Amino acid sequence: MRIREPFKLVAVGTIWFWLITFALLPNLLVIIAGFLERGSDEFVTFAFTLDSYRRLLDPLYLGVLLNSLYLAAVTTVLCLLLGFPFAYLLTRLPTRWRPLLLLLVIIPFWTSSLVRTYAMVIILQTNGLLNQLLLELGLIAEPLELLYTGPAVIAGMLYTLLPFMILPLYAALEKLDRRLIEAARDLGAGRVTIFLRIVVPLTLPGIIAGCMLTFLPGLGMFYVADLLGGAKALLVGNLIRDQFLSARDWPFGAATSVMLTVLMGLLLWAYYLSSRRASRGALP
Amino acid sequence: MNLKRAVRSAYLVLIYGFLYTPILVLVVYSFNGSKYSLEWRGLTWEWYRNLFDDPDLLQVALNSAVLATLSATMATLIGTMAAVALYRYRFFGKQLLNALIFVLMMTPDIVMGIALLILFASLSLPLGFWTLLLAHITFNIPFVVVTVLSRISGFDRHLVEAAKDLGATEFQTFRRVVLPLLMPAVVAGWLLSFTLSMDDVMVSFFVTGPTFEILPLKIYSMVRLGVTPEINALCTIMLGVTLSMILLAQLLLREKT
Repeated sequence: MRIREPFKLVAVGTIWFWLITFALLPNLLVIIAGFLERGSDEFVTFAFTLDSYRRLLDPLYLGVLLNSLYLAAVTTVLCLLLGFPFAYLLTRLPTRWRPLLLLLVIIPFWTSSLVRTYAMVIILQTNGLLNQLLLELGLIAEPLELLYTGPAVIAGMLYTLLPFMILPLYAALEKLDRRLIEAARDLGAGRVTIFLRIVVPLTLPGIIAGCMLTFLPGLGMFYVADLLGGAKALLVGNLIRDQFLSARDWPFGAATSVMLTVLMGLLLWAYYLSSRRASRGALP
Repeated sequence: MNLKRAVRSAYLVLIYGFLYTPILVLVVYSFNGSKYSLEWRGLTWEWYRNLFDDPDLLQVALNSAVLATLSATMATLIGTMAAVALYRYRFFGKQLLNALIFVLMMTPDIVMGIALLILFASLSLPLGFWTLLLAHITFNIPFVVVTVLSRISGFDRHLVEAAKDLGATEFQTFRRVVLPLLMPAVVAGWLLSFTLSMDDVMVSFFVTGPTFEILPLKIYSMVRLGVTPEINALCTIMLGVTLSMILLAQLLLREKT
């Protein structure tokens, strides 16, 4: 290959420039900002401190943090429990039907989460569809307060994030070699053994990717908590947003965001390890 | 055996019902004649007419369309070149670049939003159109790269070699051979970027300024005040735009050369 290739130079140069300027550099600045002091006129003062990180351990914020982790974890587990059998059933359908049914998952995947969260408000509000339905059926005597509760936030996150779990699971399950399952069955393995020792290990990269795509946004999607939880359910996302827009405490907001990034790093690491193991395991 | 099949079908129907009922309710009620209750009072276009009679809202929608078009185009340009480079060349830091694009795609929106806000603040860039454009290009790029790369893998390398043997320069090969073959994926990447840009709330929330209002943020501020038929209508329009873009993109990606 020739050394001087203007096209290659431009193509590689542009993407590197862009990623360094708008992905690496900003995140570096976030890390730095987390260690700075809060400024009065400027947003930050250039003095090193661990205050912001120490404040993350303050019971008040720790509570928000734990509550948010709890909500995101519950959502992720529910998504996995609902999504795994669903994705599996999709892969077992006749090839003729699969593209259409898969498309029906892809559409909500790309649809605005805000619009879908709003649709959930219509269903859950006091004079909403769900209450009307329950009243008609005579299951309840008067409308329930469904909106602005913890379960409403979980329902909303489950609703917006479920496609993000299903698609990676489907991709992983579709690649699963059926012969391995048959072989295991021939060798006398039971259903549980097959599931735990063959299906789960081989689809682990998909499971982790799905969990990453539901858990991390689950921590950050402040509008779901806003619209469905009112002021009651505060997520890490709301906390970060408020530091930047109302409290004007950028270092603290940055420190909280670094914590999210570290969580993402851990999940990516788990993904990397599991995909390496899965690809080694799939070798004959 | 039949019972098992029935249970399986019921499960699929249940999940699809869960995914689609709220959206369908939203669409249906955007045409409902009654303003405050769920009661059905006949079909009406009134809410849509109200939207189109609002010049401010139309300006905001136009802003969003301009932003989405420009950011999708820039991201497609950069992302397509990057995908081709990743496929064709060996260069320093290629593995790292691949990893970075993947990480960028996985990064939670809120983390990206504040990172860009801090960048723009330290560069003293005033928040508004330009900061929104830079941010939207950034979150669109990885989606274009992935979409184009998915198409490239089924690509006949001999065509590129033939072009080079016939004396084409790298750019001519890209322009005349590679690009036409990749066109469906490139257009699909553009459509997906346009959709992402049109729908983004989280990143835009941090990098927007008072001079340039965009639709998703406008909807967010409206939605916070409660449910109205006008918002139903506006959301239905947004759904329609997204739906047509996605269907077109899927069609293009499915088509084989």
